[in-house]
This record gives sequence, C-alpha cells and structure tokens, in this order.
Amino acid sequence: MAPQSALPYSPIFGRLSLEAIPYHEPILVGTFCAVALGGIAVLGLITKFRLWGYLWKEWFTTVDHKRIGIMYMVLGLIMFLRGFADALMMRTQQALAVGGSEGFLPAHHYDQVFTAHGVIMIFFVAMPFITGFMNYVVPLQIGARDVSFPFLNNFSFWMTTAGAVLCMASLFIGEFAQTGWLAYPPLSGLAYSPNVGVDYYIWCLQIAGVGTTLSGINLIVTILKMRAPGMGLMKMPVFTWTSLCANILIVASFPVLTAVLALLSLDRYVHTDFFTNDFGGNAMMYVNLIWIWGHPEVYILILPLFGAFSEITATFSGKRLFGYTSMVYATVCITILSYVVWLHHFFTMGSGASVNSFFGITTMVISIPTGAKLFNWLFTMYRGRIRFELPMMWTVAFMLTFTIGGMTGVMLAIPPADFVLHNSLFLIAHFHNVIIGGVLFGSFAAINFWWPKAFGFKLDKFWGKVSFWCWVPGFWLTFTPLYILGFMGVTRRMRVFDDTGLHPLLIISLIGALTIACGIGAMLVQFAVSIWKRDELREESGDPWDARTLEWATSSPPPAYNFAFTPKVHSLDSWYEIKSRHVARPTEGFKAIHMPKNTGTGIILAGFSLVTGFALVWHIWWLAIVGFVAIVAGAIYHTFNYKRDFYIPVEEVEATEAERTRQLAAIAAGA
Amino acid sequence: MSAHHDHSESHGTMRDYVIGFVLSVILTAIPFWLVMARPLDASTTAIAIMVLAVVQMIVHMIYFLHMSPKTEDGWSITSLVFTLIVVFIMMAGSLWVMHHLNTNMMPMPQDMRNIP
Amino acid sequence: MSTTTIPEGNAQADFYDLHEHEHPEGHSTMLGFWIYLMSDCLIFAILFACYAVLGGNYAAGPGPHDLFELPLIALNTAMLLFSSITYGFAMLAMQRDKVAQMQIWLAITGMFGLAFLSIELYEFSHLIHIGATPQRSAFLSSFFTLVGTHGLHVTFGSIWLVTLMVQVARKGLIQANKRRLMCLSLFWHFLDVIWIGVFTFVYLMGMLR
Repeated sequence: MAPQSALPYSPIFGRLSLEAIPYHEPILVGTFCAVALGGIAVLGLITKFRLWGYLWKEWFTTVDHKRIGIMYMVLGLIMFLRGFADALMMRTQQALAVGGSEGFLPAHHYDQVFTAHGVIMIFFVAMPFITGFMNYVVPLQIGARDVSFPFLNNFSFWMTTAGAVLCMASLFIGEFAQTGWLAYPPLSGLAYSPNVGVDYYIWCLQIAGVGTTLSGINLIVTILKMRAPGMGLMKMPVFTWTSLCANILIVASFPVLTAVLALLSLDRYVHTDFFTNDFGGNAMMYVNLIWIWGHPEVYILILPLFGAFSEITATFSGKRLFGYTSMVYATVCITILSYVVWLHHFFTMGSGASVNSFFGITTMVISIPTGAKLFNWLFTMYRGRIRFELPMMWTVAFMLTFTIGGMTGVMLAIPPADFVLHNSLFLIAHFHNVIIGGVLFGSFAAINFWWPKAFGFKLDKFWGKVSFWCWVPGFWLTFTPLYILGFMGVTRRMRVFDDTGLHPLLIISLIGALTIACGIGAMLVQFAVSIWKRDELREESGDPWDARTLEWATSSPPPAYNFAFTPKVHSLDSWYEIKSRHVARPTEGFKAIHMPKNTGTGIILAGFSLVTGFALVWHIWWLAIVGFVAIVAGAIYHTFNYKRDFYIPVEEVEATEAERTRQLAAIAAGA
Repeated sequence: MSAHHDHSESHGTMRDYVIGFVLSVILTAIPFWLVMARPLDASTTAIAIMVLAVVQMIVHMIYFLHMSPKTEDGWSITSLVFTLIVVFIMMAGSLWVMHHLNTNMMPMPQDMRNIP
Repeated sequence: MSTTTIPEGNAQADFYDLHEHEHPEGHSTMLGFWIYLMSDCLIFAILFACYAVLGGNYAAGPGPHDLFELPLIALNTAMLLFSSITYGFAMLAMQRDKVAQMQIWLAITGMFGLAFLSIELYEFSHLIHIGATPQRSAFLSSFFTLVGTHGLHVTFGSIWLVTLMVQVARKGLIQANKRRLMCLSLFWHFLDVIWIGVFTFVYLMGMLR
C-alpha cells in the first residue's frame, strides 16, 4: 500500500499543528528571533516614515521595468544572505565534525541546510539577479520605453517573490526538503520523505517557475518587437543578444521543470507510480527529465553575464568588442548545444558506452564556443587602454576563475574520469568554480557597472576593492581544498568524517568561507557607504564609464519613459556613434508619451498563489481550493479592466527634459 | 524591421477552414479505420498512422492556425521549428537514454509488465 | 543582413526618431501568446516522453487492449474536430463584425468542448470503476496524466471562452476583444494538434502493442 503521511491530520488545519513550529531547535529559535526583530524594525521604520503608501504606489504596483529590475536585485540580495548563511553552517559543521565529533548540526537539520543552500542560490539568488539585470538593461539597450507586457512583468516578479517567501516559511513552519537541491526520487517520494519538506520544495519552485517562464516570454517578445528603428539583429548589443538566448532557454526549459515537478507531486499527493520503486515506476526517468531542464538552466544563468562581461570589457578597454559576430554565433551555438549534454550529470547511472561517449563528446564540444568567447574578451583587452575600475577587476577575476572551472568541467565530461569523481567534492568545487566565478563575479561586475545608471551615483571604490580582495582569494581558499578532497574520494553532502587526515583541508576551507563572509560584509558596507556619500559620488552625465551602448544615452536614473525621442540605430555601438559625432540632443518638439498604468493585480494574484501553495504543502484542502479559485477569478476580473495605459502629458516631458538640459549644461560648464 | 502588419494577415478564409476540416476528417478516419479493421500488419499500420498524424498536424497548422513563413516577420515559424527540435531532442533522447539504462541495469519492459 | 550605410554627418534627425509613431496597442500580444503555446507544447512533450518510456510498464495490471474503446475515442475526436471548425466560423463572423453570429458559433464551440469533456470524464470514471486507476501502474499513471492534462487545458479554454463571450457582449468587438479571440483561437486549435498526438500515440498505437 502507498505510505501515508507521518503527520496527524485535521480537516481545518490539514497537517499543520503547533508541533510544526521548531521551538525545540535552538538554532532555528535564534534565527527566528533575529529575523523577527529585524523584520519588526524594518516594518516599524517604514511605518514611522509613512512609506507604505509610497512603496505600494511607486514600487509594489509598478510596471516600470527599471523598478521591477531593482526589486529583483533586492530580492536576490536578501536571499543571497540566507543562502550564504547556509553555506557557512555547512563549512563549519564539516570543519567541526571530524574524528568522532558530531558537529553542531543534527542530520535532519544539516540535510535541510544543504538542500536549501542549493535551491536558494540557484532559484532565488542567481535567477533574480540575472532577471533583474535583463529587466533593467535590455529595454534601455534596445531603445524601448518598457517591456512588451508590463503588467506581466510585475506579476512575474511577485510570483518569484512568493516562491521565495514560501521557501523561507519552511524555516519556521515545518521543515524544508532533506533531499539535495534536485530532490531525486525515490528519496523525495512519499515512502522516504513523508513530511512536508519536499512539498515546500515543489510548491516554492512551481510558483517561482511561473514567474520565470512568463518573464522569459516577456523579454523575448520585447527584444524581437520593441527594438529602436534601425537596430537589426546584428546591431543588437551583446548583452541583449545573450539575454535573448537566455530567455529562449528559459521558455524552452522551465516547462520541463514544471512538468517534472508536477509528476513528482502527483506521486506524492495522489500516489501515482511515475518514479516509485514498484508498480512499474522508474526513478531514473526523473533524473533524466530534470537534467533536461537542469543543463540549459546553467547556461540561462551564465549567458546574460557573458553579455555583461562583453559590455564591460569593451567599455573599459576603450575599444570596440573584438569579434562581435563570433560572439553572437558562439551564444547561439551554446543555446542549441545546451540541450544535448544533459546526461553528463548522470554518467554513472548505468547507460551504455555509446550513450556515455555521445554525451561526453557533446559536452566537450560545448566548451568550444565558450572558449571562443574568452579569446574574444582577451583580444578586446589586447592593446586597449584598460581602466581597472571595479567592474573590470571582477571581469578579470572571472576570466581566470571561470577558465579553471571550465577545465575541471571538461575533466568531468570524460565518462571514465566521472566514474571516479561523480558526486565527490571535486564536483562541488567545479560547479562553484563556474557559478561563483561566472555568475556571482559577473553579478558583482554588473552591479558595479550599472549601479550609477540606476541611482545616479557610483559605488564606493575603496570598499569595493576590499570586497574584491576578500572574495577572490577567499573563493580559492574555500574550494581548492574541496578539489583535493574530491580527488581523495570524499563525497558531497557528508555530515561527519571519521578520517582525521581530512581535518586540515576542511579547516582551510572554513577559513576561506570566513574570508568570503568578510567580502560580503565589505560589499554591504560598500552599498551603505555609497548611499551615505552619494552626493560626493554623484554622477550626472548619465555616462560615467564612457560606455558605448544606448542605456548610457539617457540621464541617470533614466526618466520613467527612458527616451523622450527613440534613438535611431545605425551601428553596433550606437551611443558611441552619437557621442563621437557630437549629435545634438533634441531639446524641443516633445510629445505626450504613451505608458502603461500601475496595477496591484500582480501582487494580489501572487499573494493568492502563496496561500494556495502553503495550503497544498500542509494539505489544507479547503484553503487550497479557495486560493485557487481566487487566482482564477482574480485573473478573469483583471481582464475586464480595459484601461491599462495613460499619457505622460507633454508638459511633464518638457519639464523633465529641460531639467536634463540644465544638468548637462552645468556639467559642460564645469568641465 | 518592417512596418507593423495589419492583424488581418493571420485570418483564414471560409475556403481555408473547409479544406482544413475535410482534410482532417479524412486524416482522422483513415488511421482509426486502419487500427479498427486491421487491413495491414502491425508495423506497417504503426508507420502509416504516425505519418498520417504528422500530416494532420501540418494540415492543422496551415489551415486552422494559419501558420505561414511570414507571420510575425517569420518569428512564429522560427520559434515553432526551434520548439520542434527541442521536442525531438527530449523525446528521442529520453527514449534512447532510458532504453539503454533498462538494457543495462533493470529488467526489460516486457518483464516490467508482469512485475507489480 | 542589410548593409545600410551609416549617415555621414551628425544631423539630429538621423539619430533620433523625431516623428515617431507609437507601437499600436497589443502589437506584441499574438507573438507573445504564440511563444507561450510553444512552452506549453514542451510540457506536453515531457508527458508524451513519460508515456513513451513508462507506457509499457503495466505491473501485471490491465493494458491498452483491456481498456481502450476506439469508437468512444473516435466520437471524442469528432467533438474536438467539430469544435475546431465552429471556432473557425466564429472567427470568420468576427472578421465581418457580425457579433450575434459570432456569439452563436462560440456557444456551439463551447458545447462541443463540453461534450468532449463529458465523454472524457465518462471514460475516466469507467476506467477507475473497473480498477484501472492512475495508481495501478506506471502505464496508467502516465496515461491519466497525459490525457488529463489535455482535458484540463480544454476546461480552461472553455472557461476562457465563456469569459470572452461575456466581454464581447459588454464591450462589443473592439480591437482588444478581437485580439483576445484570436489568442483563444490559437489556443483552441493548438489543443487540437495535441489531441492528434494523443489519439495516435496513446490510443491507436496502444491498440497495436
């Protein structure tokens, strides 16, 4: 018979009871107190300064792609702190629990920590970061006033947030999955995970996944339909190209995740037999399917940042990007090839030699376009006048780190070698090498690069350097020992070690993690100091780095409508073209500008989804039904509203642009 | 970039719908007849109904969904072709991978039919 | 790529669109909806792949021969095909701005949709009644999930259809409503295409096993 949930059931509260609150776990109680105090402080301050109305009107209900982009970054940053806290706990546990010691985390807690770390870092840190960048930058780069579907953009953001909130709720109500970040069955099936952890996992990813897919569709259509006149495909900035490809990958792979998780939830909720051990189910089918999503996912994360590195390298080398066309073709190749390598994640599952060698070869092939990109960046720098501002420093760190990570990846792509290294700490070191070295370093480069555009002042350089010099050596200090431990045969997700010979390396790794913690601290200080000294760091020209693409053609921060007159594009580096020819900025003849209206529907529907997800986790059926009906009814109600746009009056445009003219004149006079 | 098209270009005509309907009735009736009456052996029937299904899908695409290479500056057909490639990779890849796995590691599907 | 020449001088009009025409409202909607359908297509692809891999695992339970009744499936297919052509007639009426005629065709389409769903529900309840439940074997799990997901899509299509009929009744055939009707048209015909896959690969091929 199918196993039943281990928890008692009541018709009103489902499986939810006071027992679900982990008050007997001192670590969680401590965390809860800290979070509660912090939360109350923030809410109190917002109330005290009467910011609720402002936040609701100007931010929560906004359809402005720039503000939504910034909100994505805030979400990513908050979740990053949570995910890193998990990382620090794991490193500490492993450094303590050697030679008979049990460490400080009990097994069920440790297993949740490593699962949550993976889930949060991928879905609620890396994804919001790249979606934030794409949201903010792409419409500006293509000379558009907003995305194609502004309401959908707001809804996508709130769905991602609702997923993150549900994931965080598991910390204090119930538990999270103890299965690892991909929740392989049969471990994640009802037989071995009867509690709510896996259900939290499923529903937080499903809710966030809706947001991700819709924002992918939105950005694809935006790039295809909203480009400025003259911007043919081969005149699109590289960041727009890589964003386009990343979004194509999102739309063509997240449905797979949705379907697979739906099948797993059917197994768990109605006892079907897709991935069970008996009745003809096959757990390896889950592994196969989830990696069909999983491999494109890693390219979803890295491609937009490849674009960011390209913009940064060209800007700070003062040169046109070397090999633009090859860069575009490499991106497109990666997009297609990322669909034919998924099996390299499970060479050891027992496929035959022909399957393994096919996927081994495709994996090696996909490293070629990536290598081509690296050479393009190197040739862009070659004989350039390189300015080592913070974004460029992160870019150089990326090139060194990512190359080594890529090479260890090619090692893992060799099936016989993979049989030795599979699921070892070598693998952990490898993918942190590419994800931290690529995605995180890229995000930091991009934050330092585009921050002045978003807020009108630069980030403090000193604290940025402190952060950089903690992060990069800290990274190597953390993960080099893991490479070595992996070679020694240590597998991932271990809680205790008997062999005291491993201790020194685990300690070094912990020291590295603490160094990274300093880097994160310095980054937070950098943000605080920069905001504090914003008048000193003020940057009003709109083009602080002497950059080349259209987002730098407007003021910083840009007006709500981005461009009073849509630029006409003739070449790849349009803004460079306009600058170098001294084309006069139009100062008259403004028109009223057609813009979308703000709406609260997105946050409300996402709120209903959150309630529905929570009810499904705890089997509170009546609430799940009410929540679901509310979602459908709310969506239908929204479609009865036909008035979704308005015109920014021409006087307002004139006033804003006149202010900008004064600003530029003042800079010209000062220079 | 070309000018924005009039939306009417993706509309069908009465003729389109009728042709599409007649063709799909025929293309549905034949495979049902092939399987219910069994005039051919099993493998030929299987190939025939798969071919007919593909043809019918194309008929629907052209006459009901009004797909043409020009719709939306060609982006509709491009996205469709890309999707079909991905669908092919997923289906063929999964079957290949899982078949290999079953051969190497697990009882054959024939046995699985009888093992609870 | 076209090799447009870059203008020589720095004339403002060459670099700024001084007399721009704004994008017509909803000019991206059809493409956006089409891309959504592509993503939906991939969900079905995964369900088909599951059925293809697990569909032979009967776990000593009933197989397609014991369960499928082709005349019923043929009837069901006919319902969906009729609903396709009637939706087509509704679109033709919409083009000619004949509101009443269009509403009637939409209503008929909805009826065929409901007939399809009723037959499917009858089939499912019959299967469950004789013990062929989704829990019985991986074959039945993947069968119910694939066919049921298609049925759910038809259900939501029907809800959407009713919503649009109300909206047309209230606002008439304004541009926004026409656009929505065209999106639903894509959705409805797309479900037909999926159904071709379902009756071929699930039912007909199942009977050949």
